[in-house]
Amino acid sequence: MSDAAQPTDEHVPTDDDFEPIEVFPESTEMDLRPGADNCYKCSTCDTNCPVAEVDDEFPGPKFQGPEQWRLKRQDDHDIDDSVMKCSNCMRCDHACPSEVPLSQMHNTARGEYVEKQMSKRSLEYWRNRLLSNYRTMAHLGSKVPRLTNFMMGLGVTRVFNEKVLKITSEREFPAFATETFREWWDARGGYATSRERARAAREARGEKTTAETDKRIAYFHGCYSNYNTPEVGKALVRVYEHFGYEVMVPDQRCSGTPMYANGMLGDAERAAKTNVPELAAAIEEGADVIASCTSCSMSLRQEYPELFDIDGVHEVSNNTWEGLEYLRVHEDLKGELEGTTTDLPNLAYHAPCHARNQGLDGQAIEVLSAIDGVEAHDVGDSCSGISGTYGWKAENYDTSMKIGEEMFEHMEAADATHGLTECPTCSMQMEHGTGYDILHPLEILADALLDGGETQSSSGTGPA
Amino acid sequence: MAITDDVLVIGGGLAGTVAALSAAEHGGDVRLVTYKQSTLRHATGLIDVLGYTPEGEGPLADPFDAIDALPTGHPYERVGTDAVRDALLFFDALTGDTYGGAHTDSNALVPTSNGTVKPTARYPVGTAPGLAADPADTLFVGFETLPEFDGPLAAKHLEAAGVPFETRGVTLQFPGIKRADAKVTRYAHLLDWDEAVDIGRGETGARAALAAGVSDALEGETRVGFPPILGDDNHDVVRRDLEERLGVAVFEVPAGPPSLPGMRLEDQLYHALEEAGVNVTTGVPVVDYQAGDGDRIEHVLVDRKGQQVPYAASEYVLATGGLVGKGVDSDRTHVFEPIFDCHVAHAEDRYEWFVDDAFGDHPFASYGLEVDNELRPQDANGDLEFENLRAAGAVLSGYDFAAEKSGSGVSLSTGYVAGDRAGAEVSG
Repeated sequence: MSDAAQPTDEHVPTDDDFEPIEVFPESTEMDLRPGADNCYKCSTCDTNCPVAEVDDEFPGPKFQGPEQWRLKRQDDHDIDDSVMKCSNCMRCDHACPSEVPLSQMHNTARGEYVEKQMSKRSLEYWRNRLLSNYRTMAHLGSKVPRLTNFMMGLGVTRVFNEKVLKITSEREFPAFATETFREWWDARGGYATSRERARAAREARGEKTTAETDKRIAYFHGCYSNYNTPEVGKALVRVYEHFGYEVMVPDQRCSGTPMYANGMLGDAERAAKTNVPELAAAIEEGADVIASCTSCSMSLRQEYPELFDIDGVHEVSNNTWEGLEYLRVHEDLKGELEGTTTDLPNLAYHAPCHARNQGLDGQAIEVLSAIDGVEAHDVGDSCSGISGTYGWKAENYDTSMKIGEEMFEHMEAADATHGLTECPTCSMQMEHGTGYDILHPLEILADALLDGGETQSSSGTGPA
Repeated sequence: MAITDDVLVIGGGLAGTVAALSAAEHGGDVRLVTYKQSTLRHATGLIDVLGYTPEGEGPLADPFDAIDALPTGHPYERVGTDAVRDALLFFDALTGDTYGGAHTDSNALVPTSNGTVKPTARYPVGTAPGLAADPADTLFVGFETLPEFDGPLAAKHLEAAGVPFETRGVTLQFPGIKRADAKVTRYAHLLDWDEAVDIGRGETGARAALAAGVSDALEGETRVGFPPILGDDNHDVVRRDLEERLGVAVFEVPAGPPSLPGMRLEDQLYHALEEAGVNVTTGVPVVDYQAGDGDRIEHVLVDRKGQQVPYAASEYVLATGGLVGKGVDSDRTHVFEPIFDCHVAHAEDRYEWFVDDAFGDHPFASYGLEVDNELRPQDANGDLEFENLRAAGAVLSGYDFAAEKSGSGVSLSTGYVAGDRAGAEVSG
């Protein structure tokens, strides 16, 4: 040691083994202190917050995260109710140059706010609970899809939603598919059929054709591609089988994304307690987990291990991939796409905030540009503004559309016939703001790689 | 399979983006991978080349008078004076008419929000009407709800600094904003979109309302300095609109983080990357590498939330920043470069990393990688760490950017050279 000044606090022991780092013992429970201490107040997070940019009442992520966490060390401090204005886009995570776990802090604070400060008898609580448990609604609705679609479109339903539930009547509810993805999957013969088709594909590709293979994935379809856009799920299955992958579709519930955003951490944990063991079992059988929705993959990868202590949660997090990402790393996707064509070449692509946080923002355009004639235009790095259930709430509708303005303008200026994005709710917003039909990158991939529909050997229900 | 390009640049600040752009001029496939947002968000957007010598002489009227005399190991000495000039020309071409000072060697003196005067080589055009060399009397306008910039204080400090013009400061209400915790992006957005604001007797556009308030405060001054919140995407339109309404010159005074002029430069650089066809991957860190034959890097590993995805290239540029950007890190026993573990010279005893005087000459301020004339990092014996790795920007050793006012200039010129060499290597 030099003769420079040494720490002299009285409580500090003086023997040579002293390591101040160990003053706070390693915590075994969730501990946000190191994250809060990492914040050096540069406010980069605040400059990325799409809500703070349009709403001067919103104090921004630096307050919602580390500052609120510190205030809460005083017992008499409530969580500030502005936390409910956060849309959970997670851009602050992506921004922070100091690895402060901002979204984890927001999720924790919001959960505490809802649990301790929001009346369980309030309409807001039940409206939020209804919105965040979309799967429950969708599950019931999709039993009688045509009736539900008819009912949801009725003026009287929309007036009830607006006036009583404070769900905006400006938006049209997404239509339920007449056949869910899982119904299609089961009718097609489930895993057994997929296994056969994958084996045949491997044979056609000149790969090993033995029954045993490590080319196996577990598809996490989430709620939206099950109930609303099964064509995305079907595209994923067909594309993966084309590359020789056996597809498994484990039992699953909501990924939790809409629940975090509404502070319903209990609901999210209950769903996680189904998802984690199911997916962990598939991983045990040699599968990697693939999601087509970037908010689902975000949740399994980041929020699960941050928020829940469930056996297998880290295995699931470490083995989950987004649909294009996995193929890109494991197959020669670029080589395979060269020389292919598609009927849908002119696309206006929006990168969802949650895709951005997984390093996927440039991916769709890079991959799809390998297809002959594809012109995919990035419509800029702004947030779409809907952020899941956020833009459905009547009180947030105007803010949501204001945030989306930049994206709408860029989409309208782009020379494109269709919109393109990975996220179901971004897709709703893109359609709502511009009138474009919106596709998922996997649908373009399927269109380019496959001859269309199922081949002869399929026991399924034919082309969707 | 690795995601493969010809040149891979790690880091998305000024050095990294400029490296990717100069590499792309050679025509190969270039990718830039960046983790968190860069220190450009903290930056003033000013391009300082050299304001003071390492001995503290200055402010320098012409940085090139002093560059030739810099000690061996200083990044400018490594790349050579001509490369610094070339890099500035590259920057001038890139930024066009959005920056002032282009094609000159001399420093301009820019008044800052602290009321100091900063020597800088290039400055955003929105800063230009405020230069201290211009003897025009100046009104500095601050806002009640924006404590980062105090108009009267800046005016007094500049007067004390001996500027050749009269200064006066006022504090106004910003139309449409009542709360003290609105973000700078909120101010910028109000002006960008000229949103309707309530002025008590009905609604009017935010720009008209702001101009009306400032106009009442003017007492014959011929220019007005604002905190740097005059729009983001439509900054130029906002500033000119205010000039027209006020009939005097309008400029921004560079201030601390978060800083819109730095963000606007960042936007410009990323737009240029898109135009140049550079692939950009953001939000995920490079965490490790795989060594290949000889002293070459085979590929690097990018952590995608648990998955380590290989990214391969023939040539690599490391532009991960210094101690603030975390391209150079430390624990209680040593100072290190976290991705490739390149050699960082530092005292063994951590109490020798700093001096007691907060504003003294701290050794840590110039910790970083030592490089050869091609900007390739060297180990403790002076041998190359890797044949296909170059380093640029604040990750380099041998200079103290805060004391010298040389941060942007070093990032620009080393980024330019590292990218150019890497690009030339792959284009054969």
